[in-house]
Amino acid sequence: MKIIVCVKQVPDTSGKVAVNPDGTLNRASMATITNPDDLNAVEAALTLKEQTGAEVVVVSMGPPPAEGMLREVMARGVDRAVLVSGREFGGSDTYATSQILAAAINKIGVEKEDIVMCGRQAIDGDTAQVGPQIAEKLGLPQVSYAADIKKDGDTLTIKRMLEDGYMTIKVKTPCLVTCIKELNEPRYMSVNGIFECYSKPYEVFDYNTLKDDPLIDPSTIGLKGSPTNIFKSFTPPQKGVGMMLEGADKATCEKLAGILAAKHLI
Amino acid sequence: MEEFNGGVWVFCEQRQGKMMPTSFELISEGRKLADELGSKLYGILLGHNIEGIAKELGGYGADGVYVCDHPLLENYTTDGYTKVICDVIHEYKPEVMLIGATNIGRDLGPRCAARLHTGLCADCTHLDIDVPKYKEFLRSASTLAPAMIDSIPEDDRNLKMTRPAFGGHLMATIICPRFRPAMATVRPGVMKKNAFDQAKADACEIIKPNFSLTEADMETQVTEVVKAAKKLVDLIGADVVVSVGRGISKDVEGGIKLAEELAEVLGGVVGASRAVVDSGWMSADHQVGQTGKTVHPKIYVALGISGAIQHKAGMQDSECIIAVNKNENAPIFEIADYGICGDLFKVAPMLIEAIKAAKAAK
Repeated sequence: MKIIVCVKQVPDTSGKVAVNPDGTLNRASMATITNPDDLNAVEAALTLKEQTGAEVVVVSMGPPPAEGMLREVMARGVDRAVLVSGREFGGSDTYATSQILAAAINKIGVEKEDIVMCGRQAIDGDTAQVGPQIAEKLGLPQVSYAADIKKDGDTLTIKRMLEDGYMTIKVKTPCLVTCIKELNEPRYMSVNGIFECYSKPYEVFDYNTLKDDPLIDPSTIGLKGSPTNIFKSFTPPQKGVGMMLEGADKATCEKLAGILAAKHLI
Repeated sequence: MEEFNGGVWVFCEQRQGKMMPTSFELISEGRKLADELGSKLYGILLGHNIEGIAKELGGYGADGVYVCDHPLLENYTTDGYTKVICDVIHEYKPEVMLIGATNIGRDLGPRCAARLHTGLCADCTHLDIDVPKYKEFLRSASTLAPAMIDSIPEDDRNLKMTRPAFGGHLMATIICPRFRPAMATVRPGVMKKNAFDQAKADACEIIKPNFSLTEADMETQVTEVVKAAKKLVDLIGADVVVSVGRGISKDVEGGIKLAEELAEVLGGVVGASRAVVDSGWMSADHQVGQTGKTVHPKIYVALGISGAIQHKAGMQDSECIIAVNKNENAPIFEIADYGICGDLFKVAPMLIEAIKAAKAAK
C-alpha cells in the first residue's frame, strides 16, 4: 500500500508581505516554507504508515530549489520524493496544475489500496481547488476538510468539517483526502531523519517524463493551457491613517463615544 | 463548451432543507450580473423535498430555479452533486456559474470545473461584466494609474472576478476567456442581499430538469451529519463585532467578559483572532480573518489584537474600526479609524460606561 502526498513550497505570508511598486509581489523578500495544511497531510500519511506499513511518497510541482523542502519532508519520515519541474509547466492555474500533478501521480501509480492526500489549501493562492481537481482527473472519490481519518481494510471513515458541525463519510480506497490543521500536530524532523533524507530516493519528473500521459498536452498545461488568466492585478489603496486618541483615560473614552454618537454609529 | 445561452446561474446551497444565507447573497449579486449581461438569472437547487424553499430565491431576484430533487441528494456528497450539476449544465449551458465559498462550495466548485473543463476563480469579493462598472470599481479600490484604467477596452464581456491574494495585500482580477461557464466561488458575507420582494417570489419559475442518479454513482457515503451543539455565531450578519486577541492573555476570562459586555452595549457579537482560537480560549466559529470569517460590520472593535495581515484580511472593510492596544506600533492602528493606545483591561470598562452614557443622552 502507498500513500501519495502532494506538498507545495509557499512564501511565508505570516511575516510581512512586500509588494513591488508595480503591484506585483516581492517574493524575494519572503522566506519559503512547506505549506502548513500540507504538513498535516504528511503527518496523517506518516500516522497511517505506522499503523499499516504503507510507503509514503511526496510529490511537489515547483522550481528545482524546492528540493530543500522535499528533503525536509523526507526527514520527518517520508520514504520517497518526486519533484515535478519544467518550463512547460510554468504559469499554470489550478486546472493546469492539477492536470500535471495527476499525470505525475499516474506515473507513480495508484493501486487499489492507495490513498492520495493534499492540504486543504495553500496559503499563497488560497484557492483550495487543486486537491479536488486532481481527484476528478484521476477519477477518484474525494473527501475534503478531513479532521479525522480512520482506516479499516479498504474503507476510510473520515470526519469532514462543516462550518456548523461535521459529517462522517465512508469512502473506499483508492481515494483523495484533503487535510486541515485540526487533523493532527505535525511532527518535527529528527536528527537521524535529517541524516537519512539525503540517501532516500529523489526523482525529478520533467516534461519528457510525463509527456506520454494523455493529461499532458500543450492545450491543457502551463500558461496556454490554463482556462483562467489574470486580467489585472493591483494593490488596494491604504486606508487613510485614522485618528489616534491621546491618552487612555475616561476623557478619551467619552470623546470616542461622543464621536460615535455624532456619526450615528451608536 | 463554446456555445452557451443559459445566462447566469447560482448554486443555491441548502443544509437540512434550510437555505444557506449565502444563497440569497449570490442571487442578489447574480441579478446585477444578469442585468449587465442582458440575460436571465437562475438558481440551481439540489436536495430532497426542497421544492418548497425554491420560490423564495425569486424574492431576491432569480427568474427561475432548477430544482433537482432526489433521495440521494438529501445530504451533500461530492459525487452526487457534481454529477447532477454537470449533467444539467451540459444541457442548458449557462454562461456564468456562482457558488458560495462555504466548505461545501469549495469542495463542489473545483470538482465541477475540472469535469466541465472550465476556469474557476476562488473566493471572489467583487464581480463585474460591464467594463465601465469595472473601471469605476478600480478607480475607488485600486492604486492603478488613471491612464492604465482608461486603457482597458470597453468591449470585454468576460466575467471579471476580483479576489484578494496574500491576505489582501494584492488584488487580482481573473477572467476565463475561452471556456464556459465562467465559474466563481464567492466569499460568504461579502455580497449585499437585495430586499425581499414577495411578488417576484410568487412569479419565480420552477424548472425540473432531467437528470439521472443511481447508487452506482455514489462513491462516498454520508453516515451521519452532526450540527454543532452551540448556535452558530452570526459574525457575518452582525452590525457590531467586538474582537479580542492575544492581549487578553493575562486574564482570559476577564478579557472575554469585557468584550461580551462591550458587544452587548453596542448590540453586537464577540469575535476573536486566530491566536485566541488556537490557544483554545474561544471556539473556532468566533474567528475573524483569512482562515476564519470575513466580516464588514458598521463597527469593529479590536481589543488587544496586533493586526496581522491574516486578521486584517477578514475585517478591513468594516465601516468603522476602533483599536485598543498597548503597543502604539501595532499594525492594527494602520487601518483603525480610531485608536487608543492603552491597556484594554483599563480602557474597555471606561468605554462601556462612556457608550452607555452617550446612548442614554440621546
